[in-house]
Amino acid sequence: MMKKTIQKAFITSLPVMAGYIVLGIAFGILLKEKGFSIVWAFMMSLTIYAGSMEFVAIHLLDAGASLVSAAMMTLLVNARHLIYSLSMLERYQDTRPFKPYLIFGLTDETYALVCNGAPEDVDEKAYYFFLTLFDQCYWLTGSVLGAFLGSFIPFDTTGIDFSMTALFITIFVDQILKADSCIPGVIGIGCSVLSLCIFGASRFLIPAMIGIIGLLILVERKGDD
Amino acid sequence: MNRSVSIVIVIAAVTAMTRFLPFLLFPSGKKAPAFLQQITDRLPMAVMGMLVVYCLKDVSPWSSSHGIPEFIAVVIVVLSYVYKRNVILSIVLGTLIYMFLVQGAFL
Repeated sequence: MMKKTIQKAFITSLPVMAGYIVLGIAFGILLKEKGFSIVWAFMMSLTIYAGSMEFVAIHLLDAGASLVSAAMMTLLVNARHLIYSLSMLERYQDTRPFKPYLIFGLTDETYALVCNGAPEDVDEKAYYFFLTLFDQCYWLTGSVLGAFLGSFIPFDTTGIDFSMTALFITIFVDQILKADSCIPGVIGIGCSVLSLCIFGASRFLIPAMIGIIGLLILVERKGDD
Repeated sequence: MNRSVSIVIVIAAVTAMTRFLPFLLFPSGKKAPAFLQQITDRLPMAVMGMLVVYCLKDVSPWSSSHGIPEFIAVVIVVLSYVYKRNVILSIVLGTLIYMFLVQGAFL
């Protein structure tokens, strides 16, 4: 039973393997470029384990950001985790002893895999556990590999930081394609561009965040009337 | 160095909080209030839009490249994703083209 569970979890996780290793390598290379070694790549992917946030973390580390702004940024970038967890309340309710790790490892991709449920002939809890574990192993492998390769890359890596922009764009477009309304997207872009014009590149985030949350609540209220 | 360690610890702690909070607030598996659910349903798309702007915040139409490499790469990522729905394909394609543009064509 256990062997079969591990096997099925591994097969389900294969699509994530390719993605995490490629993205992880990009992350590792960028981190190394900013002067942070393999140990940093490993520790970040072990303890933070949130792909897009780790990319943003490179900026925060490089700029020597304040702890408060690091916390604010993390809260906003990872706000979508609240939704993932909210929608997993039932599925993960009786998953002891794996529960804490399952919640810790709930990345976008793992969430998507778990949403599909478990096959009938496996131990459900263990299946989710191994899915989560395999995914984190791929991400760890990729980021460590990237930080390692970063020292030996024989070509010019200028512009490789666009991988983070591209990652966010694909998530954004995907959300728009799947949502019933793209108004939140318009609010997000609109508030940010407006705030960028008023406050400038180094200070636009906080006002943009306040505007976004305010407008979302306003739109929500209107919808209820 | 100490600052960097603290930053990583703060990010790890807040990230874990965003994942654990709903389980702590609604321990018995009961449903979250509708209003909260609706706001948190909409927030991710808005924030992702903000992050795209954040990534492109230093692009200026008055710089030497006029933001053309960014524009081309963004269009390619969007179009390739709409047609193929493959995250990795779009990221690799967009990044390679962007690297080519900033390293060769626009220098």
